Amino acid sequence: MARLTAENEVVALEIIARYPRPRSALIPLLHLAQEQDGWVTDEAMAHIADLIGTTPSEVLGTCSFYEMFKREPVGRYVINICTNISCQLLGGEELLAHAQEKLGVNPGGTTPDGMFTLEDVECIAACTEAPCLQVNYRYAHRVTNEQFDWLVNDLKAGRRDDEIPAHGTLARIRQHIPADRAAGASLPEGGTEPPWITDNPPPPPPSDPKSSSS
Amino acid sequence: MTVTDVPKIITSRFGFEDSHTLDRYEATDGYAALRAALGRRPDEVVGEVKTASLLGRGGAGFPAGVKWGFCPPGVWPRYLVVNGDESEPGTYKDRLLMERDPHQLIEGVLIACYAVGCTQAFLYVRGEMALAQERIAAALNEAYAKGYVGKDIMGSGFSCDVVLHWGAGAYIVGEETALIESLEGNRGMPRLKPPFFPAAKGLYLQPTIVNNVETLANLPWILLNGGSAFAELGAEASRGTRMFAVSGHVKNPGVYEVEFGVTTFRDLLYAPQYGGGIRDDNALKAFIPGGASAPWFYEEHLDLPLEAKAVSAAGSMLGSGAVVVMDETTDTVKACARLVRFFARESCGKCTPCREGTDWLEKILDRILDGQARPEDVNLLLDVCDNISVGMAWPPKQTTICPLGQSATTPIASAVMRFRDEFEAYVGGPVEITVEVKGAAFVGPRQPDPLVSPDEAGEVAGV
Repeated sequence: MARLTAENEVVALEIIARYPRPRSALIPLLHLAQEQDGWVTDEAMAHIADLIGTTPSEVLGTCSFYEMFKREPVGRYVINICTNISCQLLGGEELLAHAQEKLGVNPGGTTPDGMFTLEDVECIAACTEAPCLQVNYRYAHRVTNEQFDWLVNDLKAGRRDDEIPAHGTLARIRQHIPADRAAGASLPEGGTEPPWITDNPPPPPPSDPKSSSS
Repeated sequence: MTVTDVPKIITSRFGFEDSHTLDRYEATDGYAALRAALGRRPDEVVGEVKTASLLGRGGAGFPAGVKWGFCPPGVWPRYLVVNGDESEPGTYKDRLLMERDPHQLIEGVLIACYAVGCTQAFLYVRGEMALAQERIAAALNEAYAKGYVGKDIMGSGFSCDVVLHWGAGAYIVGEETALIESLEGNRGMPRLKPPFFPAAKGLYLQPTIVNNVETLANLPWILLNGGSAFAELGAEASRGTRMFAVSGHVKNPGVYEVEFGVTTFRDLLYAPQYGGGIRDDNALKAFIPGGASAPWFYEEHLDLPLEAKAVSAAGSMLGSGAVVVMDETTDTVKACARLVRFFARESCGKCTPCREGTDWLEKILDRILDGQARPEDVNLLLDVCDNISVGMAWPPKQTTICPLGQSATTPIASAVMRFRDEFEAYVGGPVEITVEVKGAAFVGPRQPDPLVSPDEAGEVAGV
C-alpha cells in the first residue's frame, strides 16, 4: 500500500514515455497516486521520485504547490463550493454557510464518518451557472440549499456512484497512444528541421521590381 | 443595438447532443481543414492566419499569426503548448470548447503544429475539469485510431503527437511561463521575461508557442473559409467572433458567441438573445468587462463596442471574455474584498510586492468589513496598491515578474474611487483620498480630482 501498485507502475511508465523529459510526468503521476489511495502518501512520492529520477523532496516541492493534491486523508467526497465573484453575487457564501451547517464542518474539515470534506474554492469556470459546486470535480449548477441536501443524501446512499467516483479519480478515460501510431517524444537535443517544413520551402521573395528594371 | 447575425464559428456544434464524438465531427466538416492545410505550404497556412487577424483569446490579445513568427529560425524542435488552464474568475468558455467540441480543438492544434513546424504538442487542461479531460482523452484515442494524429498524419509526412496533460489547481499556471514550468514538473512560478519569451526559449528552453484553447479552436474555420472571410467579421483590430460569459445579476446568464469588435456591452447585457437585462429590472451598478483582473466599467461604458482598442482606451480590457454584472443591491466593498482574497490566495510567492502586498490588502479589507478599520485605512489600501502597481495607471506599470499582483489592485481602485461612500459607511467617517490613481476607468466623471482635497476644490471653484 501507498507505493504505486505494479499495475499502476505500468501506467506510470507509459505516461513517462510520452514526455521528452521524465520529470514532466510528475503532476500526472501525483494524480495517479492520489487516484490509487485517495490522497498522496510519502511512500508514493518516494516511488515517483525513483521513477522519474529525482529526489522525494523535489517531488514534495512540486506536490505542495498545487491545491488539488492532498497530503493527508480526505473524505470519500470532496465538496468544493465556489464563493468567487459570480457565485458570491448569487448566493455562493450563503450556500457555503448552509453546507457547513448541514455537514457540521468548516471549510477544510472532514466529517467524522470520512464521507465528506468541505472546501471553499476559487472560481471553477461555471460562472453563468452560479452558485455552483463540484463533488470530486463533477459539477452541480445553480444549487439551492434544498438541492444541496438532496445531493448529500444521494451521495450517502451511494445513488451517485456511477457518475461520481471516489476522491482521487479524475478522468476515467486514459489517453493511450498506440505504438504503431506514435510520432514519439520530441527530444530537445539534436532536433532537426521537420521534413514537412524542409520539403515545402516558401518561394523565394519576388525580386524587387526597381532593381530588375534597372 | 448592434446585435448581428453572424455564423457561429467555434460553437457551431454545441447544439448537438453528441457534439464531442468523432462521428458528429466528421459529419460536420471535421478534419477537412487539416486535410486542406496539409495540401498547402506551412508558410501559406501562417499567412492565412495572419490575414484573419486572429487575436489570442486568452487575455493578452496578441495576434496569433505574429506570435508564431517569433520562433527563431533554424532552432529545432519546436513545441506547442495549449493553455486550457482556464481559471480567471468569471471566465467560462474554454471548458465548454473542450467538453463539447474536443475534436475541433485537436484539429486546431494540428493545424498550428503543421504551420509552425512543431513536432509535439501538449494540451494542458485545468486540473479541476474532469469531464474536459475525459472528453479530450476519448477524442484523442479516436483520432489516433483514425490516423488524424501521430505518425505520418493522413499519409502526408506530417508527424506530431498530441499529449493530454493536466494541472492540479493553481491559477498562476495560466500565465504562459508558469504553464511551462508546471509542464516541466515544477512549482508553477512565472519566469522572468525578457530576455527570453517562450517563442525563443520555452519548454526545455526550446522554441515554444503557447496558445489559448479558444484561439486554436478558430483555426479549422479559418482554413476552410479563408482568413479574409474571418477578417470580414468584427472591426478594428478585433476580428471574427468571440465567446463571452455573461454572469452575475442578469436575467439570462450564459456564454454567447458574438461578433467581435461591433457588439456592445449594452447588447451583451440587455439584448433578449444575450443577457436579457438586469435581474428584477434593477439599476446597473458596475460590471467587470474582462475577468477579475480588469478595472470595472459603469453605466457610461455600456455603449463601448467589444473591441480591444476601444476598451483599452477607456481604461480596462476584454481580457478573457468574462463579463460580471453587479446590480444596485451589490455591496461593492464585499465584492472587492472577495476578489482581492482570490489574488492573495493565488499569489505564487515569488515576488515580494505581490506576495506581501496582496496579503496586506486582504487583511485591511477584512478589518474594514469587520467594522474594525479607521478612515485612514482606505488610503492605506491605495498606498499598498501603489507599491504593487505604480500610480494605478492603465495600462498598468508592474513591479513584479507577472501581472497577478497588479491585478489585485484593480478591484480596489475601482471600488474605492467610485463607491467611496460605501467604504465610508464601513469605516465610520469621511475619507479623503490622498493617493494618486491614474487609470482612466478608475477616475470616472463622478470623481473629484484625487490630488485636490475637498477644501482646495472649494477654493478653486470660488465657493
